[in-house]
Amino acid sequence: MKIHEFQAKDLLRAAGVPVLAGRVARTPDEAAAAFTALGTPVCAVKAQIHAGGRGKGKIVGSEQRGVELAKSADDARRIAAGLLGKTLVTIQTGPAGQTVRRVFVESGCAIDRELYCAVLVDRRVGSPVLIASTAGGMDIEEVAAKTPELILSEPFDPDRGLASYQARLLAAKLNLPAASWRHAETFFRRLCAAFVSLDASLLEVNPLVLAKDGTLVALDAKMTFDDNALFRHKDVSALRDEAEEEPAETRAAAAGLSYVKLDGTIGCLVNGAGLAMSTMDLVKLHGGEPANFLDVGGGADVKQVTEAFRIILSDPHVKAILVNIFGGIMRCTTIATALVEASKSVGFTVPLVVRLEGTEVAEGKRILSESGTAIVTADGLTDAAKKVVAASKA
Amino acid sequence: MSILVNRDTRVICQGITGKVGEFHTRGCLEYGTRMVGGVTPGKGGESVAGLPVFDTVAEARDATGANATMIFVPPAFAADAILEAVAAGIELVIAITEGIPVLDMARVLPVVQASRSRLVGPNCPGVITPGECKIGIMPGYIHTPGHVGVMSRSGTLTYEAVWQLTQLGHGQSTCVGLGGDPLVGSSFIDILSLFQADPDTHAILMMGEIGGSAEEEAAAYVKAHVTKPVAAFIAGRTAPPGKRMGHAGAIISGGKGTAAAKLEALRDAGIEVADSPADMGAALVRAMGRAKR
Repeated sequence: MKIHEFQAKDLLRAAGVPVLAGRVARTPDEAAAAFTALGTPVCAVKAQIHAGGRGKGKIVGSEQRGVELAKSADDARRIAAGLLGKTLVTIQTGPAGQTVRRVFVESGCAIDRELYCAVLVDRRVGSPVLIASTAGGMDIEEVAAKTPELILSEPFDPDRGLASYQARLLAAKLNLPAASWRHAETFFRRLCAAFVSLDASLLEVNPLVLAKDGTLVALDAKMTFDDNALFRHKDVSALRDEAEEEPAETRAAAAGLSYVKLDGTIGCLVNGAGLAMSTMDLVKLHGGEPANFLDVGGGADVKQVTEAFRIILSDPHVKAILVNIFGGIMRCTTIATALVEASKSVGFTVPLVVRLEGTEVAEGKRILSESGTAIVTADGLTDAAKKVVAASKA
Repeated sequence: MSILVNRDTRVICQGITGKVGEFHTRGCLEYGTRMVGGVTPGKGGESVAGLPVFDTVAEARDATGANATMIFVPPAFAADAILEAVAAGIELVIAITEGIPVLDMARVLPVVQASRSRLVGPNCPGVITPGECKIGIMPGYIHTPGHVGVMSRSGTLTYEAVWQLTQLGHGQSTCVGLGGDPLVGSSFIDILSLFQADPDTHAILMMGEIGGSAEEEAAAYVKAHVTKPVAAFIAGRTAPPGKRMGHAGAIISGGKGTAAAKLEALRDAGIEVADSPADMGAALVRAMGRAKR
């Protein structure tokens, strides 16, 4: 689960990580009032969307960036007016962009240097790591690809946390002045502690700023949480902003389905994540474009399968649907019955190609053929893919 | 021969009194697995599927001589269940549970590594040596005894691959589900080394997916240490970056973990790559044919 920058900063502030004062605004007037209330000569007005790259991103139809500096309340009002209700396209939003519903007006700060740091779980090491780089404010992925030696990494145990010496080691390698090391110790250790205590999956500060007064400040903050741990963080779950999420994905999650919307025309309904991904690949291999990833899981019932069809059909671009089920624990008879019932209650408007294999497959196929519903059955993966691609182009 | 499990493996189920735990315990019993008991705290003395239930893993091990456990404990308590099994000295711990917080696994893994136990999973279908021992949720009948070692990060995709192998007349020595989470107990490399050392495994089929770098590391290991024919498939070629494809581990982030990079590493290691999921069994046959020449 993702949250907004202003929410992440609230969490960091509560964890004792230095951030700047700021206020959220939903209207240009609120932005102007925020500027006045903050009382600093310069403020940053920042679009709040669930995607990075805002500083370089542009508002559709204007030259306005997602983050701009205001030197007066009027400035803040004008910038906010250019952002709110508009669509911001960044390197991470895709070409469709995202609507800006809030801006964050944040105090300025006297910057000496811009750095980068992030906490995440490193699969190879099997533990969380703090990574840092002197290449702050830049596209860190590009830095990692071109100059990996500029990326520093310190693994730490979740319960012991980052050791002070590890923080000092990073501070020294980042060429921070010795007078700033104790600030770095506090900053890095608290950042790592916040990551662990909140069960985050990513906590990225880019840029991390060495201020002219020698302190470290999180100028930006991007936080993602481990969905599997949200059950023990009701306060974090409450920060969910459904307006930022794909409605069909939210709806699927509520039904216990795993759904990701894509741009193609062939809807896919599969059991198991690996097989679901492979089915998308198969469709593409045979010249089609998948409209979605959808894993109904191992024990889906008629209700869930029906909801899955409704979600797939709610995408107007879908021209045909491929059902690919390898019955293991889920019996083919269960899925066949669900298919027939779903086709009656949902009412299919596009061709449906079904490939069944596994437990009780013969009986499942019989249920489909005797149902009288217009279902194209397929033998094997390749046959299924060819049939659904042909149907989508008919 | 086989790896990890065989007809002598004595298995308990942690979470046996839960609906899912009981269902799959029965499934394993029907397959012929030597299920010897189960554990649910507070339900010691009860009986499920004709098996004795114990309060603790240590008691279950002392009473039954169990050397393997399959865990169906709910996600919030599963990490603790793994730790309990390791503390009781169970040699093989197979965690089926899906949805364990990743930091819980970060706390568990060092303990497992410092012990004599091996962990497979979590979020995996389990391990099966066809005709001898099934520990997990896979449908038994699609498997057939033979000499192909199978390992995968995904459940139903493994079934698909096993089914293709069986239909092509190639049985399996052992099939291992590694699990779809970012942090899991056993890697491709761990299992590759076992397959390489097992005289009854003649060839290896692996199914990877986008995200992380486990497949690249496996490819490097194959290149350096594996003499047996290897074939592979990578799921998620069409997955866009930044979108999690069902598994917590299946996500392309920061330009890393792409299918293209993995396929290149596999090919570079001399591994036969299946371009289509319909071609996994056939790719293994090609790999074996190539090795004979």
